[in-house]
Amino acid sequence: MVEFWEGYALPTIMIVAQIMVIVGPLLIAVAYLTLAERKVIGAMQLRKGPNVVGPFGALQPFADAVKLMMKETILPSGSNKIIFIMAPMLTFILSLVAWAVIPFGEGLVVSDINVGILYLFAISSLGVYGVIMAGWASNSKYPFIGALRSAAQMVSYEVSMGLVIITVLLCVGSLNLSDIVMAQKGDYGLLNWYAFPLLPMFVIFFISILAETNRSPFDLPEGESEIVAGFMVEYSSMSFALFFLGEYANMILMSAMAAILFLGGWLPPLDIAPLNWIPGPVWFSLKIAMVLFCFLWVRATFPRFRYDQLMRLGWKVFLPFSLLWVFLTAGVLVTFDLLPVAQ
Amino acid sequence: MPEATIKPLTLNFGPQHPAAHGVLRLVMEMDGEIIERADPHIGLLHRGTEKLIEYKTYLQAIPYFDRLDYVAPMNQEHVFALAVEKLLDIEVPKRGQYIRVLYCEIGRILNHLLNITTFAIDVGAMTPILWGFEQREILMEFYERACGARLHAAYFRPGGVHQDLPAGLLPDVLEFCDNFPAFIDDLEGLLTENRIFRQRTVDIGVMNFDEAMDWGLSGPMIRGSGIAWDLRKSQPYDCYDELDFDIPVGKNGDCFDRYLVRVEEMRQSLHIMKQCIEKMPEGPVLAPNHKVTPPRRDDMKRSMEALIHHFKLYTEGFHVPAGETYIAVEAPKGEFGVYLVADGSNKPYRCKIKAPGFAHLAAMDYMCRGHMLADSVAILGSMDIVFGEVDR
Repeated sequence: MVEFWEGYALPTIMIVAQIMVIVGPLLIAVAYLTLAERKVIGAMQLRKGPNVVGPFGALQPFADAVKLMMKETILPSGSNKIIFIMAPMLTFILSLVAWAVIPFGEGLVVSDINVGILYLFAISSLGVYGVIMAGWASNSKYPFIGALRSAAQMVSYEVSMGLVIITVLLCVGSLNLSDIVMAQKGDYGLLNWYAFPLLPMFVIFFISILAETNRSPFDLPEGESEIVAGFMVEYSSMSFALFFLGEYANMILMSAMAAILFLGGWLPPLDIAPLNWIPGPVWFSLKIAMVLFCFLWVRATFPRFRYDQLMRLGWKVFLPFSLLWVFLTAGVLVTFDLLPVAQ
Repeated sequence: MPEATIKPLTLNFGPQHPAAHGVLRLVMEMDGEIIERADPHIGLLHRGTEKLIEYKTYLQAIPYFDRLDYVAPMNQEHVFALAVEKLLDIEVPKRGQYIRVLYCEIGRILNHLLNITTFAIDVGAMTPILWGFEQREILMEFYERACGARLHAAYFRPGGVHQDLPAGLLPDVLEFCDNFPAFIDDLEGLLTENRIFRQRTVDIGVMNFDEAMDWGLSGPMIRGSGIAWDLRKSQPYDCYDELDFDIPVGKNGDCFDRYLVRVEEMRQSLHIMKQCIEKMPEGPVLAPNHKVTPPRRDDMKRSMEALIHHFKLYTEGFHVPAGETYIAVEAPKGEFGVYLVADGSNKPYRCKIKAPGFAHLAAMDYMCRGHMLADSVAILGSMDIVFGEVDR
């Protein structure tokens, strides 16, 4: 009995508790990201945004959630029902499982695996399947076009994103996310963050994560004015809500990735007295919030790319450029003998 | 193995579509994302305006014109008022003419603001429309202060305008003219300078000089193709010949040029509005012919004749001598014309409306072919379609 407790039950309870500790705040963050988006874009568009439900509209996300849950789930008669229902689940689950390897602070990580970045990359690449399945299973034209666009888009941006990650890995010498953060700790505070030595890569990475999460100006799969809502056209109620939550959770995830790879994760900008009193997770959240703000800012500013222009940008501009930078970085590291030593 | 035939994907674009600008239904045959044919289906907003006008007196017909192109209502009233004046052979007092021109130019800005900002939202930029509506609101208030209605004004009447402007309106319009260029600059900062916006509009939906002529385009559509054709200059009506303004023309005839033409037209409209306010004389705003225009209210209290005129005018209406005329004005969207046939009674015998949007929409298929789905939306946005006038 003791063996059962110590061998199986306790670890399981511990893991579930850890998952809850991450997923709970994450979902609340997603809820408030939707509110923040409407508020930020509202301010940029000279309007107020939600301000009726609760103080400053603070309860608006919950009102929206209740509304969505009350609606009828519609299964189109021509659809492939199983895949149709599985697609939003897949999107949502994938956006959550990736958080297992994200370090919130020193040692604050559910699973500190040594190929963390690969896991993250793999999970975010799978995200496209949710969209393709939704578009195909809907058996309708607009979702189908949206799904095809999405497939092409995500594949093209993943390539350059992979090369960006390789550049960072060359500098770090480890695939472990905590190591990546710690490698950015140095004497010069925030100048040690890879965003500065690898600035062009950071820009490419930021643009790629916009494309990866289907956000404006790369929101072709759901291009409001062209294919209405793309792959989500036939969805309603909770199945729609799962897509919605998944999209926003993905935004947060990608911002976290940007924070870890380029903005020094949980490290304070300067390792001096008042700044390093603030706990790491707070710095980490602030950095995520900053990247998220850029997401919203871009959305309020730019028109949408056209399908072929997006492909051209991905394959003909970003890919050669990031490849060049991989070589350049590698060349510099080898020439000046800066390669990180294996620990 | 039998040869497989590849069927194009038929895509139904609208009538319930966020970018359909109302109730356009485009049946598209697509090869992937490339449009092979775009067939516009119209008539979903048909209200039988032309037939209804035949059963209304000339005065009662005016409000129908507000409802044609409801983005710039007074410009449509203008053409009907001009046509009736031509048949009646009456002259509008100078102040009436200047007020009309002032409000036509306000209408032009109203229209171009809506068009440019919805065009922006069609290509994915969502901020301009909310900025633009802020400015439109100010202009709507000028409408409201002149005639009491924000949209369906019924302000232009045969013989002039219904009422004189209220005191204090003109300085406010002048203030708007001074502030508005800063807004246009902001708008251009968001769009004209934006790479993505340029990528989405340059060389899209090109109509060259000859094609634009062949398809009977007018307004900013034809000026975008480099043809300096503007009815305000070529056959001036009201007091346009006394005003100084330029006609902007494009070079390539693509969506971007049409956008630029509209932006510049807004600046020119401001210029015209300022001149109108400067030059506006004092005096009556309605022709003093009380067979056609209502007498003043205090005259009606004292003069039996004035009372009879008022009664006859608002019951039977005025009779227009038999004849026919075609009058066109440069509405914001292009040449807006009315072919009016009078048979001597108090109702028009026939009122054929020539809406610019109809001819533009006819060119939709021609302009869309070979472009991508996302371009069709940009082309439609740059055409400035309002279904009130296309379907009538």
